[in-house]
Amino acid sequence: MADLKYPEDLKYAESDEWIRVDGDTATIGISDYAQEALNDLVYVEFKEVGETLAQGEAFGEVESVKAASEVYLPVAGEITAVNSDLEGDPETVNGDPYGAGWMIKIKITDSSNLANLMDATAYKEYCDNR
Amino acid sequence: MVSIEKPQEQALEPLIYDISVAGRIGVNLPNCDVPESELPDGLVRDELNLPEVSELQVVRHFLKLSQLNHAIDKGFYPLGSCTMKYNPKVNEDMARLAGYASLHPSVDDESAQGSLALMYQLQEWLAEISGFEATSLAPAAGAQGEFAGILMIRKYHLERGDTQRTTILVPNSSHGTNPATVSMAGFKALELPSDAKGNVDVEALQKVCDEQGDTIAGMMITVPSTLGLFEEPILEVIDIVHKVGGLMYMDGANMNALMGIVKPGEVGFDVMHYNLHKTFSTPHGGGGPGSGPVGVNDKLKPYLPGPIVDIIEEETDEEPPLYGLVMPEKSIGRLKAFHGNFGMHIRAYAYIRAYGGSGLRDVTRHAVLNANYIRAQLMDTYKVPYPRYCGHEFVLEGHFDDVDDIHALDISKRLMDYGIHPPTNYFPLIVPEALLIEPTETEGKEELDNFIDVMKKIAAEARSNPELLKNAPHVAPTRRLDEKKAAKDLILCCSPALPAAGD
Amino acid sequence: MAYIPHTEVERQQMLAAIGVTTIEDLFEAVPAAHRFPALDLPEPMSEMDIVREMAAMSEANEHAGDFALFRGAGAYHHFIPAVVNHTLLRGEFFTAYTPYQPEVSQGTLQSIFEYQSMMCALTGMDAANASHYDGATSLAEAVTVAYDVQRGKRKKFIFSHAINPQYRAVARTYHQGRDVQLVGDDKARSLDELAAMLDDNTAMLTVSYPNFFGQIEDLTALAEKVHAAGALFCVVANPLALGLLKSPGAMGADMVIGEAQPVGVPLSYGGPYLGFFATKQKHVRKIAGRIVGETVDSDGKRAYVMTLRPREQDIRREKASSNICTNQGLMALAACVYLSAMGKNGLRKVGELNYHKAHYAADQIDKLQGYKVLRDKAFFNEFVVKSLTPVSDINAALIENGIIGGYDLGPDYPTMTDHMLLCVTEMNSKDEIDALVEILGGIE
Repeated sequence: MADLKYPEDLKYAESDEWIRVDGDTATIGISDYAQEALNDLVYVEFKEVGETLAQGEAFGEVESVKAASEVYLPVAGEITAVNSDLEGDPETVNGDPYGAGWMIKIKITDSSNLANLMDATAYKEYCDNR
Repeated sequence: MVSIEKPQEQALEPLIYDISVAGRIGVNLPNCDVPESELPDGLVRDELNLPEVSELQVVRHFLKLSQLNHAIDKGFYPLGSCTMKYNPKVNEDMARLAGYASLHPSVDDESAQGSLALMYQLQEWLAEISGFEATSLAPAAGAQGEFAGILMIRKYHLERGDTQRTTILVPNSSHGTNPATVSMAGFKALELPSDAKGNVDVEALQKVCDEQGDTIAGMMITVPSTLGLFEEPILEVIDIVHKVGGLMYMDGANMNALMGIVKPGEVGFDVMHYNLHKTFSTPHGGGGPGSGPVGVNDKLKPYLPGPIVDIIEEETDEEPPLYGLVMPEKSIGRLKAFHGNFGMHIRAYAYIRAYGGSGLRDVTRHAVLNANYIRAQLMDTYKVPYPRYCGHEFVLEGHFDDVDDIHALDISKRLMDYGIHPPTNYFPLIVPEALLIEPTETEGKEELDNFIDVMKKIAAEARSNPELLKNAPHVAPTRRLDEKKAAKDLILCCSPALPAAGD
Repeated sequence: MAYIPHTEVERQQMLAAIGVTTIEDLFEAVPAAHRFPALDLPEPMSEMDIVREMAAMSEANEHAGDFALFRGAGAYHHFIPAVVNHTLLRGEFFTAYTPYQPEVSQGTLQSIFEYQSMMCALTGMDAANASHYDGATSLAEAVTVAYDVQRGKRKKFIFSHAINPQYRAVARTYHQGRDVQLVGDDKARSLDELAAMLDDNTAMLTVSYPNFFGQIEDLTALAEKVHAAGALFCVVANPLALGLLKSPGAMGADMVIGEAQPVGVPLSYGGPYLGFFATKQKHVRKIAGRIVGETVDSDGKRAYVMTLRPREQDIRREKASSNICTNQGLMALAACVYLSAMGKNGLRKVGELNYHKAHYAADQIDKLQGYKVLRDKAFFNEFVVKSLTPVSDINAALIENGIIGGYDLGPDYPTMTDHMLLCVTEMNSKDEIDALVEILGGIE
């Protein structure tokens, strides 16, 4: 687990999602730690574009051969895009969790939520201690 | 690397569809002895993709398939929490008696007295074994028994106007069926931690009950626990939950450790389910059918799932009693069509009859003796997380401090090479690399000694030749399977349906 | 005791290895006050005496081995070729369990895969699971699937009154703790009247084919209306009838479920039976229960494995949609062997035998004074007869003559007193049918 990546420009949730903020929009995925723990994904399913969700609400579900996990929104927002490439090739999440493996884009509806998230250093420490 | 010649007969078998030849049939059917009527216009199919094979092809195909299975009749099957004991052959014969097998389920009760008498007796015996007031044989499997139990608890509270009780407590060592059952019944599952001895953490339980006692509808607990350990503070646990108005559900999956040892109804449980296919040897059938009767005390008796069997007219000097099917007064309702998995009731009846009361206590005594014997012999070779006497099963950790990257799965697969079915893997979830081992009482000492030897040999192999474990099995019908491919490709049938209308 | 092999010498050796003197010492964790209670059960019995007792008890039943049976109503008396029972009695099948370890369970896994394939072929669906407990629980589980497919946003489930009453009762038992409405079956409704109940809160509409009264109707138009309303169309079917009839999938069903007892499983007083559950591929992740998929082993050899496991309770725990674990595996094997032996041609022939014999019986009964067969719709092997005499009186007269008569519809359908549901299968010879007709004709 030594070479897991924790990019500096992202914020992280305790439930292992990352968020890349760009003005009032953001891109969301799951961390390297999470994809490693889940193992090879075989299925992903996300809620639909246009749905508005609160912080911590599930925006979808990911599945490996032996595990299933919901994925939660790190900040409240409206889904503006989902990465439909993942449906055919969910393993992209394992190979490139912070790039091509992104899951959804949102319009942030409550930016104050960002304050409860961890930065890369804090998240790495959180993962190391698990 | 070992090279082991595979026996010829273990070659995998083609699909029945692969050996189909157009025009063949596997059964001789009668000709029509009545005038033929016109078939319904527009409702008759013109295509049906079923195989076309002779009777001998059918026989050989399924015989060859059967040989690819491990089974109790073939060898040791210490699959923890499943109680893979010997299934007496006479029970199969009894279930096939024409009087039982050919009885239609909706005949009048007067026409079914042979079956109803058997069911009534089984209800009474099960109640006696567990110290309950009444039982219903309706549930089709243990999971359905759990569901029935939790629905009864729900209805009990609702009838009393206790509508705020929305939480059921479940220990973190529980079977997945417990929390799944809780959700199905519309409750919230609240998980409780276990303490260092494998018991429910009583302090944590007390805290939850202090803080939110009026929201607790009840607690589901397996005794002995899924770790194979008898909950030492069980009386205290029951008392704490009862004091805040919750009811106690006992998951009876591990009843093979309790018969004649303790009666759950007597220690204060309100409801439990039995697994007839485990404790009472009605066979597992490659995944079922099971049967999951529920036993209850007085409080929950009116809520039992129905129908149950009762005496309609008492016995007289000339006549036996008249039995009938009745729906309990405030029943949670029907769980399946008709009256439970009757074929399993027959087998359980024959099983209990063969043993009697003293014999059932002997079943448990020897199941527990066998488990403790293996545990004692393997304690120095494998980590045993809870060093105390176990019930009918025990858990050990399938990994070694001095060998990297050997897992419970590797040990399991290697056991196959020695003709032994692996123990339950990765359950309970709270033990790392868990191997849950349940020998059952029907295995003799030489079988246990062989298992102990093999387990020690595998531990040695893990050090001398770890690849032997990682690449196992070597002599099973197949090597390890690509489960990822199965989940991605999702090939679930070999005869794709014709394109359907409107698709 | 033949099932416990231990000798006294072995017990002592084992106790010594454990380090205790008696087996009772192993139970120290059980509260002393409650330890070793008396069990008030009969004495042990020899195998010979068990056989005598149980054989005698079984003969107190009035069963289809001794009586001519004209009753169905959810449980059907069909011929089961000997090859089915001989296969089920192979210990390698019936003394195995759920195929958690695929390398030593290919027999079970492949037979389930073949069973799934046959159910898909019969129903016109793409995927089937390894079984539910029975037809009734399959219906209860279908409600959950439709609820989940609609993401819990639609809460109304429309049932035809002509679905087996026990199935509807079970669906209500299952969903008593959930926020859903099961409606539509409070009175007799035609397919059009059911369609009129569709709205944007409807998750699923379910009909039976054949229905509980034995009737068959084209469902294509109804399926279109259900889909137009954004709901799922579920059909409760009889797989034996589907050997002859057009598949529900071909008429637009999204889920086809029901009781597969007719294909290879004995009456056995109501169980164990076999709930089948088949869907379109796109819903397969929402269905409960075991599902077997094809894959390869590390040598590249074709093999089978339980797949989509993360749906199940042992992994998903409180988030699983169902708690099902043990299913009706051996009954699925029975159906698989039965359908293999019958095959495409045999099942069609059995279907035709049922159809012709039922129609012959209906024609003869219709000619009798005081009886009227309801013939407004086509039917398969069951039909409804209205009589002037109460059904219980008719059945009492029949059983005196060695015949178990039809199912009394009055208790389930209050508007149908003096209506009986008769079933005629390939097991009923022309002589039996003629005897039935004669006795019916003689009842005042």
